[in-house]
Amino acid sequence: MEDTKISIQNLNLWFGKLKILNEINIEIPEKKVTVILGPSGCGKTTLMRTMNRLVDLQGNAKISGKIMLDGEDILNTKRDITLVRQKMGLLSQRPTTLPMSIFNNVAYGLRLKGIRGRKKLWPHVEKHLIEANLWDEVKDRLNDPASRLSIGQQQRLCLARGLAVSPEIILADEPTSSLDPISASVIENQFFKLKENYTIVLVTHIMRQAKRIADYVVFMYLGDVIEQAPVDEFFNNPQHKMTREYLRGAFY
Amino acid sequence: MWWRKLEEKIIYLLMVISVASLVILLLAVLTSIFVKGAPYLSWEMVSQTPKGGYYFGREGGVLNAIVGSLYLSLGAILLSLAFSLPLSLAMNIHLRARPKIVNRIRFVLDILWGIPSIVYGAFGFTLMIYLGIKASLLAGIITVGIFIMPIMVRGMDEVMKNVPVSLIESAFSLGSTRMEVAFKVMVRQTIPGIATAILLAFGRGIGDVASVLFTTGYTDNVPTSLTQQTATLPLAVFFQLGSPIPEVQNRAYASALILTVIILVISIAVRFLSNKYYSNRH
Repeated sequence: MEDTKISIQNLNLWFGKLKILNEINIEIPEKKVTVILGPSGCGKTTLMRTMNRLVDLQGNAKISGKIMLDGEDILNTKRDITLVRQKMGLLSQRPTTLPMSIFNNVAYGLRLKGIRGRKKLWPHVEKHLIEANLWDEVKDRLNDPASRLSIGQQQRLCLARGLAVSPEIILADEPTSSLDPISASVIENQFFKLKENYTIVLVTHIMRQAKRIADYVVFMYLGDVIEQAPVDEFFNNPQHKMTREYLRGAFY
Repeated sequence: MWWRKLEEKIIYLLMVISVASLVILLLAVLTSIFVKGAPYLSWEMVSQTPKGGYYFGREGGVLNAIVGSLYLSLGAILLSLAFSLPLSLAMNIHLRARPKIVNRIRFVLDILWGIPSIVYGAFGFTLMIYLGIKASLLAGIITVGIFIMPIMVRGMDEVMKNVPVSLIESAFSLGSTRMEVAFKVMVRQTIPGIATAILLAFGRGIGDVASVLFTTGYTDNVPTSLTQQTATLPLAVFFQLGSPIPEVQNRAYASALILTVIILVISIAVRFLSNKYYSNRH
């Protein structure tokens, strides 16, 4: 198997008394698309939010286990958590643009990294907007508020913004769920290109999307990992009964 | 079906009545002050301090109170803002994972909000004695600053509470520190609300009599330093209205009109500015 980028080991998570994640063990390979598949409420999103420690913002979360990123346990790191988060770009279900111009949305992360001045920022902003396949549409209106873009464009802007902090991993939480089919396929195609340079973790409940872009599939149900396998194996020869039922569409 | 239509009509009627009565009430207050005060409003009123015999109906104006009120409320706003903005940001960003504490803070602030201003006045008076400062502009600023702080914090808190979680989270996921999320995202997002909160506090601060009754003293001069006594418009209205001389009573209405105009002008200006800022962003 390829090099492992993230290795999740015996991860358990509770919100108060409610157990959300149960003994999760997942190996996420480097520079591949790993799709976490499962019905709503199975803990996919929580798992992803644990990876970049956004669960910290929810006070009642209790976590045990390890998430190793490049050999470092990020759940117990002494390193500044903002540096860990900068290794991962997050794309959420609905695009959330920052209340500023298109240019400044992309420049935001660059400025956090200490790049100052419009002249220095310009080439970076252009590069990442091209990477997110948005440049041609916005190059003449970079100073417009980001909220004037369409939802599909906003999601690509969020992608560009995430790429600007030069992460190694892209976490995408149902990134196409609020998009029209055309914008959705633009995002999917971008993932194809981006996996040359980035490790991508994609959460989705859409099986066909998983089939289209996954290299590796993890199937979750009610806080448990049921099955994980390379994409062909997963769809053609599922080992677990529950996986077969889900693939048949027996439950949602 | 008829009763559902009737229901609809009754609710609509109630709505119209309540809106109309609010507007009428506002207009009534404004017109009564205007009618009673405007004829006695003169350039002299706003450009001069009280001369000898002013309180017997002779020449002079209330410049001392106008300037005093502006100094006082401006100082109180700045003082209060220095604590309110960090507190409301902390409540909504730094303490995000501790909702229990935040709710307790909100509860305390709501109690503080409900305390009558005369109590703050009495507290300010005690504080003055304790600190050994005399009735002065400074003492007034401290008292009014404390008095308007809960109003300001809760005003800001209320808008910050409503900022979408996803926005805060995406700012965090880009690797922002809490400080950066606070000032680069939260403050930008809520500027109009922050302005409104400041304005609300300003309105309460400039119009309040009880909190400044013991703390600012009263003088016919425009204050030139923080340690001097100062007049304020609400107190000027109070003193003049209590006079048995009709000319002085009329000037009380003129002073009230000045106070109202100041509040109106600042309200409209802030509203205009924050709307303009808001529409530039969205």
